[in-house]
Amino acid sequence: MDEHSAVSEHVVTAKEAGLVSCTHCARVWPIGTAACARCGARLVSRDEKSMSRVWAWWFVGLLCYIPANVFPMLQTTFLARTSGDTIVGGAIVLMMHGAIPVGLVILLASVVIPIAKFIAVAYLALSVQFRLPSDQLRRMKLYELVEFIGRWSMIDVFVVAVLTALVQLSVVVSIQPGSAAVAFALAVVFTMLAARSFDSRMIWDSLETPAEAEPDDSRKDFLS
Amino acid sequence: MSSMQNIQADLEQLIACPACDALYRAALPENGERAVCPRCHTVLIAPVDGAVIRVVAFAVAILILLVSAMFMPFLSIEAGGLSHSTSIADAALSFSEYHMLGLSIGVVALIIFVPIARAILVIFALFPLMLDKKPWRGARTAFRLSEELRPWSMAEIFVLGVGVALVKVAAMAHVELGMAFWLFVALVLVTVFQDGFLCRWSIWSALEQGDRQNG
Ligand SMILES: [Zn+2]
Ligand SMILES: [Zn+2]
Repeated sequence: MDEHSAVSEHVVTAKEAGLVSCTHCARVWPIGTAACARCGARLVSRDEKSMSRVWAWWFVGLLCYIPANVFPMLQTTFLARTSGDTIVGGAIVLMMHGAIPVGLVILLASVVIPIAKFIAVAYLALSVQFRLPSDQLRRMKLYELVEFIGRWSMIDVFVVAVLTALVQLSVVVSIQPGSAAVAFALAVVFTMLAARSFDSRMIWDSLETPAEAEPDDSRKDFLS
Repeated sequence: MSSMQNIQADLEQLIACPACDALYRAALPENGERAVCPRCHTVLIAPVDGAVIRVVAFAVAILILLVSAMFMPFLSIEAGGLSHSTSIADAALSFSEYHMLGLSIGVVALIIFVPIARAILVIFALFPLMLDKKPWRGARTAFRLSEELRPWSMAEIFVLGVGVALVKVAAMAHVELGMAFWLFVALVLVTVFQDGFLCRWSIWSALEQGDRQNG
């Protein structure tokens, strides 16, 4: 492996070398091969349909995220009086009771991360669709962050599940899930699917040399 | 340019960065070192001696921890003479009592089924390899599936969720942590260690070579 090669230097991609790479096991095959003979994954050099999948998941995710914030996430029945808490409301109640770090974790996982994720996925998709020529590495890091952190938003659903199962003290106090729980879980799943539909290889395609006729020295290195 | 045959043989020596498609000649780095894509900084190869044995051992540990956690007390609360206790299964299924069966199934899948399925798939894919035998039929599909399921295995997020829930409850009741809670904490640690040893590229080439040498 060329450890010393700088980023500015032109790197040959599998696509440019007339090959198709397997994103599951990193093996390469002649372009046009349908499935990876090593791991069985479907091979696509650049998934042209991936952008419409990204936007479709993104949009249904957003549709679910709005009711998730409007309706109560959980309902507490205390001595026959029932009150509902939305995601933001629940976090504020926590912080008013002194549990400021925990309230912040909930706000971060359920509000800041999902919203940042909607913006980040939209930015990544648009940057690829308009072939933004710069900042490949930064966009790549952003994509990795989105993939890594998106799952953690599910935490609030688990909090509600545990509270509902645990806090059942007869007529004194009990907790029930609110209708927002379903919407919120779906929003997290759909945004995860949106991020996973994104083909990060497309971020780097704007680096491709436009003139295909130009002799490519580095290609010889691989195929001679 | 050489003949097509040479190119075909050459393809096995190449590795394409799964994240940015950059093409490199695969060279196995020293044990414990990592080959990183210079362009996008994705880790391509990170071999560890005895990785297959460790990954299988961790998968067995995950399986044992998860299954035994099912049968142990998880959490219980007590306030003003009233008490209530819950198991992992109760917590996972709690939505089903409130007309949210779909969500219940989803939660059970994320914290129990997917982690168990991943562990079984990894053991199935790598067990013969660990004994230097030819991999079983379907081993490659099993390993690919286990990797595809990875983001949907959310036991570690569940543990953090339990922590947050406990803070909420602590104000109104006394909480007792059961054995299943600690098994889940151990599960998170084991999962993190397993991911550290899992070099996908090494395992894929081991599966490929295992089929060739013994087949
Ligand atoms: Zn493959
Ligand atoms: Zn790369």
